[in-house]
Amino acid sequence: MNFKMKKLLVLAILVGLVFACKKGNDVLPDIFAGFTRPANFPEPEYDFSRNPVTEAGFELGKRLFYEPRLSRNNTIACGSCHIQSASFTHHGHDVSHGIDDRLGTHNPMPIVNMAWQGEFFWDGGVFDLDLSPVNAITSPVEMDETVPNVIRKLREHPDYPVLFKKAFGTEEITDARMFMALSQFMLMAVSADSKYDKVMRNEDGASFTEAEQKGYMFFKEHCATCHSEPLFTDRSYRNNGIGPNRVNDIGRDSVTLNPQDRYKFKVPSLRNWQYTAPYMHDGRFLTLNRVLEHYRNGMVDSETLDPVFRQPDGTIGIPMTDEEKEHLTAFLQTLNDREFVTNPLFAEPEINGGMLVN
Amino acid sequence: MKTKRTDTKIGWKSVLLMATVLMAAACTKKDTLGPDAGKTGAFSIEFDNIAGEETLGFHPREYTNAKGEKFSIKLLQYFISNIKLYKADGSEYTVPQEDSYFLVNGGDRSTRFTKVVAPEGDYTKVSFIVGVDAERSKMPVEQRKGVLSFNPDEGHEGGGMYWGWNSGYIFFKFEGYCGLISDDQQGDPTGNKQFKYHIGGFGGYSAPTINNVKTVTVDLTQAGTAQVREGLRSNVHLFVDIMQVLNGPHTFSIPEHPNVMFSEYSVNIANNFPSMFTHDHTENFVRSEDEL
Repeated sequence: MNFKMKKLLVLAILVGLVFACKKGNDVLPDIFAGFTRPANFPEPEYDFSRNPVTEAGFELGKRLFYEPRLSRNNTIACGSCHIQSASFTHHGHDVSHGIDDRLGTHNPMPIVNMAWQGEFFWDGGVFDLDLSPVNAITSPVEMDETVPNVIRKLREHPDYPVLFKKAFGTEEITDARMFMALSQFMLMAVSADSKYDKVMRNEDGASFTEAEQKGYMFFKEHCATCHSEPLFTDRSYRNNGIGPNRVNDIGRDSVTLNPQDRYKFKVPSLRNWQYTAPYMHDGRFLTLNRVLEHYRNGMVDSETLDPVFRQPDGTIGIPMTDEEKEHLTAFLQTLNDREFVTNPLFAEPEINGGMLVN
Repeated sequence: MKTKRTDTKIGWKSVLLMATVLMAAACTKKDTLGPDAGKTGAFSIEFDNIAGEETLGFHPREYTNAKGEKFSIKLLQYFISNIKLYKADGSEYTVPQEDSYFLVNGGDRSTRFTKVVAPEGDYTKVSFIVGVDAERSKMPVEQRKGVLSFNPDEGHEGGGMYWGWNSGYIFFKFEGYCGLISDDQQGDPTGNKQFKYHIGGFGGYSAPTINNVKTVTVDLTQAGTAQVREGLRSNVHLFVDIMQVLNGPHTFSIPEHPNVMFSEYSVNIANNFPSMFTHDHTENFVRSEDEL
C-alpha cells in the first residue's frame, strides 16, 4: 500500500466514523435512502433542483402530513383520508370524509408516484405538487382551515421551529417551506416494487405465470392506451362512460370551461388497486369485478365519451370474454405493491408514545 | 439732493439684491425640478374606492345600481400589479416585477397606495394590471412573496384571494347583500341574500381557458402629470368606482347573477374593470404621506 492509498484509507475511515456518528442520532438510520428513480420509470416531472429531498425535510414533511393542526379544529390530518395501508387513499369511503363528518364529492386520489405527475386531483385543477395541500386545507368539507392559520399554529408549537431549522437552516416557518416539506414526503411515496416491476426489471428471477402473461397481452392491446406503462396512467383526462353522478360533477370542464372536457376525469393509475377501493372519481364501484363489467357492458354513451371505447360495429366498451377477464385480473394482481403499503418509512410517527391522529 | 442720491443708491442696491435673489431662486428652482434620470423618487398610485357619486361605505349603507336594485357592500378586495410609467416621448419605465404586487382592501385605507420607486421624470401615463399576471400565477411557491404569499400578516390572509381547487389568484373579490336575491340554489340558499363576485382566471396552465387579466391605462395629461423627483413623492390619485362593476359597459342585474366565480360569465364583469378607474388629480413634490 503506497502513501497515497494510505491517506485515502484514513480519509475513508474518518468519513465512515462521521457517518456512523450521524447515523446514531437519526430517527430512521437505515431506511431513508433519499429519492431514487426506479430503473423502469421515466424522468420525474417534479423539479427537484428547487426542492431537493433531504432526510430532515422528509421527516418534517411526514410530521406535517400526520399533523391534525392543518385542520380548523385540529382533528383532520392529510393522513386521515390518505392512509398508507390503502395506498394513501381513504379505504372504504366512496367520497372523502372530512371535518365535522362532512362529505366531499370526490374519492381521494392515492398519493403515490407524485414525482411523475404534473397536474393533480381528478380535474387537474392544481398544477404544482407544492400547491396541492392548499386544496385540502381550505376545502370546507375537508380541513376547512386557512393556510395562514396553519402557519400560526405551527409557529406557536414547541416542536416545529426546531424541525424547520433542521430542514431549512433557520427556524423561520413560511408557506413555501411548509409546502416544500410536505412535497418531500409525498415525493418519497414511490411505489415500484410490485411483481410487475420485478418482472420488468428482471429482479429476483420474477416472471409472469401463463395467465398473467396472457392478461398482460390483453392489457397492452385494450387498456394501455389510457393506463400506459409504467405509471399505468397516461395522465390525461377522459370520459370513460360511467355517466354523470347525482351532483352532476362535470370534471375537467370546471377547470378549463371547455364543453369538450365535460365529464372527463384524470385517468387514475392502476397500481395498488387492491388497496384503493372503491373506484372512479366518486367511488361508485366497490370491486375490480364491477369495474371490468363496466367496461364490458355498462358504458353510458355521451358526446364526450372517449373515442377509444367506440368499436367498429357501433357498440361501446371493451369486448372481453370470461377467460380474457380472468387473465386480465391475474395480470392486474401483479400491480399491487405490498412493500409500499407496509413500508415503515411512511408510517405515522409516534409522538410521546402516542399517535398524532386517532 | 444728497439724501435723494442716497435714496437712489439704496434703491439700485435693492434692485440688484432682488435680481440676484430672483436669479438664484430661478436657478435653484430649475435644479430641483429638472428631472435627472440617474436619480429615483417615490411614486404611488392611490386607489380611492368610491360608489357612483358617493364615498364607499359598507353594510348597512345602501346604494342603487343602474338596474334600480338596492345593495350594500360587505367586502371589496383586489390585486394591482405590474405598474408601468410612460413619458410624453413614448419612453416607459417598468417597475421591477417582484416589487409590483399590491392588494387593495376597501375596508383598510392603509392599503390604498401602491408605493414604488421610479426614475426621476415627468410621466404622462400609467398602466397596471387588475389581478396577477399569468407568468407569476404559474411560478413556484418560493416566488410568490408578500401579498401573493399565504404567510400570516403579509399575505392575502382573510380575504382568501386564492382558489385552492383550481390554482390561481382571485383578482377581484366583491361581496355584499341585495334583498332581491332568491333563497334557492340560483340565489343564496343560506337566506342571507348575499352576492359574491370572485373574478380571476389567468388563461389556464396546460389547457387554455378564460383570461381575465386586465391591463388598465390611465392618461395623466388632463388632471396632472406625475413629476417624480428624488426625496419627494408623486401620488396619482385615482377614483375607483365600484358601481362600474355592475353598471357598465356590461350592465347586469344582481339577483339575476348573484354568484359569479370561475365561469364564462365572469368575462363580462372583468370587461367592466377598466371603466372603474378615473384620474382625479396628482399630488407632486409630496414630503410626507400626511399631506395626501
